[in-house]
Parts: sequence; structure tokens; C-alpha cells
Amino acid sequence: MIPLSHYLILSAILFSIGLYGVFTRRSAVGILLSLEIMLNAVNINFVAFAKFMAPHNLDGQIFAIFTIGIAAASTVVGLAIIVAIYRNYKTIFVDEIDVMKW
Amino acid sequence: MWSNFLSASIFYLIALVSIIFAILSVTLKNMFHSALALIVMLLGVAAFYIYLDAEFLALVQILIYVGAIMALVIFAIMLTAEIYNKNIKRHNQQKLISLIIASSMAGFLIFVLSRFKAQGGVCFFEPLTLAMIGKELLTKYVLPFELISVILLAALVGSAAISKPR
Repeated sequence: MIPLSHYLILSAILFSIGLYGVFTRRSAVGILLSLEIMLNAVNINFVAFAKFMAPHNLDGQIFAIFTIGIAAASTVVGLAIIVAIYRNYKTIFVDEIDVMKW
Repeated sequence: MWSNFLSASIFYLIALVSIIFAILSVTLKNMFHSALALIVMLLGVAAFYIYLDAEFLALVQILIYVGAIMALVIFAIMLTAEIYNKNIKRHNQQKLISLIIASSMAGFLIFVLSRFKAQGGVCFFEPLTLAMIGKELLTKYVLPFELISVILLAALVGSAAISKPR
């Protein structure tokens, strides 16, 4: 079987990859994609701890279900904002959108 | 014995594939390719959920993440199509410092987590079924359950109001 620390190491690696993506992406949609990687890594962490530390309990899985729902809602709102910004500024590169009102 | 070894080696293979496609998703220049690489990584995460005895969560992951969220992201990518100029930089000037920060954080976490000794094997309780998830959602977690429907309603109305053409 696979020990718990391997799941946690996998989650840490995926979280760092998402963090690198959030730091370096210029496109706003790219930042949202990297944020999804981070959220998935955190979900793996939840479910791994739920299985190894409290196997009679469903708390980790239910928390992961709610995290997926919240991530969906945040991504939807973020994408709507990006589409509205693109309509006004004609660009979605976050280092070119630097004024609040033109 | 052989089946344990086989399932463990398949786990490491899927983990390697997920990590490779996550790296591809944050480094590819074409945004559409990056979204497709993220879809492969999300399928890998669903495989990890099945390894962790969370089958319902794996199916929810595929349905919601891959089926709904990534479809929406691809819509947004197509709606905000960048001009495919080869000279446009896709990554800003923080590549080196963020690589240092992310890899040092990953290294530190791996160093700490590799000394993590969980207590022994897993005891065999009764299997956690979907009926138990449904019962817990409606008895113990009824407040988050109702609140998340309010959150989703707010996200729906908000996104429709924001992206309405004037």
C-alpha cells in the first residue's frame, strides 16, 4: 500500500507547481488555471488525511466536495470578470491592466 | 502480493503523469493547450481519489471539474482569444524568482513530509457508502449544504450580470 506521506508529498508538489503558475502567468485565465491546480492539491490532502487518520469518518471527503463547489463558483465569477475586462480593455494580460478607470 | 505491487506502481505512474501535465499546464504558451493539459491532470487527481477509497468524490471531480469548469474555462479562452503573435510574452519577468520560491517551498515540504510517520496500516471499518455521504450531508453538514447552494446561486447571478453586454 501507499503510505500517507507519499500522498502528502504529491499534494505539496502539485501545490508548488500551481504556485509557480500563479506567480508567472501573464494571462488572467492562466492564473485561474494555476489556481485550480492548487485547489486540487489541497483536496488530495484532505481526502488522504480522511482516509488515514479517520477512516470511519467522512469529514474529509465532504470537505473536498464543498471545496470543489466553492472552486467552481469562484472560477465562474473570475471568468465573468475576465470576459468583462476583455470587452473594455481588449487585453487580459494582467500587467497591462493597471488603471482603475481610463 | 503481485496485485499490491501492480497497484502501487500504477499509482506512481499516474502521479508522474499528473505532475508532468501540471508542469505543462503552467508553462505552455498556447492557452488552449494549457487547458487541455489541466484536464489530464484533473483526471489524474480523480484516479488518486479512487486510490483513497473516495469513489463518489472521483466521479464528482470528473463531472464538475472536467465536465463543467474546464468547459467554461475553454469558453472563456475562446472568448478572450489573444492575438497569436510570437513576440508576446506569456510569462512575466518573475520567472526565476518564482521558480526559486516554488521549488524551495516544495523542497522544504518534501523534507518535512518524508519524516512523517503515520501509525501503521488502515483498520478495516465498514465501507463508507454513498448512502452515508448523503445522510451526513443532510444531518451533520446541512448548513454548508444549504449555504453552498446560495453561493452557487450568487455566482450564477453575479456572473450573468457582470458579463452582460451593454
